[in-house]
Amino acid sequence: MTSDILKIENLFFAYHTLSGETQAIADLNFSVKKGEFLAIVGPSGCGKSTILSLIAGLLEPEAGGITFYGTDGKKPGIGYMLQRDQLFEWRNIWKNVTLGLEIQNKRTAPNLERVKKMLDAYGLTDFVSKRPSELSGGMRQRAALIRTLALEPEILLLDEPFSALDYQTRLTVSADIGRIIKAEKKTALLITHDLSEAVSLSDRVLVLTNRPAHVKTEFSIHLTRTDDSPLSARKAPEYSDYFNQIWEELSDEENSD
Amino acid sequence: MKKTATELCSLEQQDYILAHRKHHRFIRRMRIAVLLLFLILWEACANKQIIDSFFFSSPSRVASCFLDMVRDKSLFAHIGITLLETVVSFLLVTALSLLAATLLWYSRKLSEILEPYLVVLNSLPKSALAPLLIVWLGTGVKTIIIAGISVAIFGAVISLHTGFLQADPEKQMLIRTLGGKRKDVFCKVVLPASVPVILSNMKVNIGLALVGVIIGEFLAARQGLGYLIIYSSQVFQRLPLLIQTHILSTYLPRYL
Ligand SMILES: Nc1ncnc2c1ncn2[C@@H]1O[C@H](COP(=O)(O)OP(=O)(O)OP(=O)(O)O)[C@@H](O)[C@H]1O
Ligand SMILES: [Mg+2]
Repeated sequence: MTSDILKIENLFFAYHTLSGETQAIADLNFSVKKGEFLAIVGPSGCGKSTILSLIAGLLEPEAGGITFYGTDGKKPGIGYMLQRDQLFEWRNIWKNVTLGLEIQNKRTAPNLERVKKMLDAYGLTDFVSKRPSELSGGMRQRAALIRTLALEPEILLLDEPFSALDYQTRLTVSADIGRIIKAEKKTALLITHDLSEAVSLSDRVLVLTNRPAHVKTEFSIHLTRTDDSPLSARKAPEYSDYFNQIWEELSDEENSD
Repeated sequence: MKKTATELCSLEQQDYILAHRKHHRFIRRMRIAVLLLFLILWEACANKQIIDSFFFSSPSRVASCFLDMVRDKSLFAHIGITLLETVVSFLLVTALSLLAATLLWYSRKLSEILEPYLVVLNSLPKSALAPLLIVWLGTGVKTIIIAGISVAIFGAVISLHTGFLQADPEKQMLIRTLGGKRKDVFCKVVLPASVPVILSNMKVNIGLALVGVIIGEFLAARQGLGYLIIYSSQVFQRLPLLIQTHILSTYLPRYL
């Protein structure tokens, strides 16, 4: 039995503006196991991105808490991948993927060597001196992932990282990135609107309620698959059952306004 | 090289490039023609006494005066001093406005407190400020440089600060997800993203610094183009004045 890396208990959060208060999260509880791939789905605007910002420490909870159980008691490193790749056009790919190391003054030889290995493994070595605009959408997303992984985070937060890609690219890139995350043995929290992506990539799917968000239901995903390709996940006999159940939960929630 | 490049492309492309060049040649020629026409008309009017050449001068008198001033080298001294003052004011405006805009970006409170004052200072007619500067600082190069700075600085601070605030919030958020502080947000996102704003601001500054320097020289100088304009208008010797209007009118638009 693997242990928890992250536990959220009775979490509350609201945004305050002059025009009023928006309760985004109310009494949220869930935990994530080390090495688990967790997908989060929910009605739009329900507070999914807010949850990631709270975990990343960009926002402070109003009540309740987030407890981390990192290796040797330290707070685990957290990597956050945003919806759009946000590669900087004024830097080449190499300067982009090492941005995090630059900011944290960690451009040591072993760290840079590791980044080079990742670039090589994910087919970007020939593009290190190119500008982001010279890369395809899928390549850019892989570069953004390497930028995040360069800091060796234990937990990866992914906020709809594939939604800006066209369908074809999206299938291959999401499979690629799923594979990379498994290979690097990271814990991942993926927010997505695409249920097939959620079922085929994750070990567990959380369905959230309307705003203020809390967990409505959760599904543990066990697919009988022949290999780790996205197609084989989609061909698994259990796949459509999971898809339909999650779909029903979600549309039930969306119609309950 | 160029030849092989054109050989490589299709006939239609070659036609297009030829037509493009022809168009530009035509535009250039017509521009020169307009200038010549103007000079000829002016000279003719002065000759036939349709206009009073005492007040309006004439191209030939401008040219001879210009040559005189070239011969005794006084023109170059005046141009040189004005250029120097303009460059110094421009460099100071650029450095100071970057510094001030950075401070305003760092502290939202400070920028909100100072905003109305900046707007007022920027809308002040700067030529009205020049006589005060002379009273406070005396005449001399320093006063004129400060007059140059005063015309450009407030607008520069406002537009740089506005430019800094336009930086993509998601890119700023990315820096924070990578563990960056406000300093990193500024150095890695705000500053590089504002390079176009900074450059276009510098172009405006050099023009405004020149305007300020000329205004300063009108009032408090023994040298420079501004002094020359005032001197010639006072002694009603319009010739140098016209040379200058000509120099200014070719110099300014190039940078504005
Ligand atoms: N900075 C903010 N100030 C005020 N309200 C905000 C702010 N950010 C988000 N909200 C509100 O909080 C709620 C939750 O926002 P959040 O971005 O977490 O939703 P989401 O589930 O990620 O939405 P989406 O599916 O569109 O990505 C929304 O109703 C939104 O309008
Ligand atoms: Mg969101």
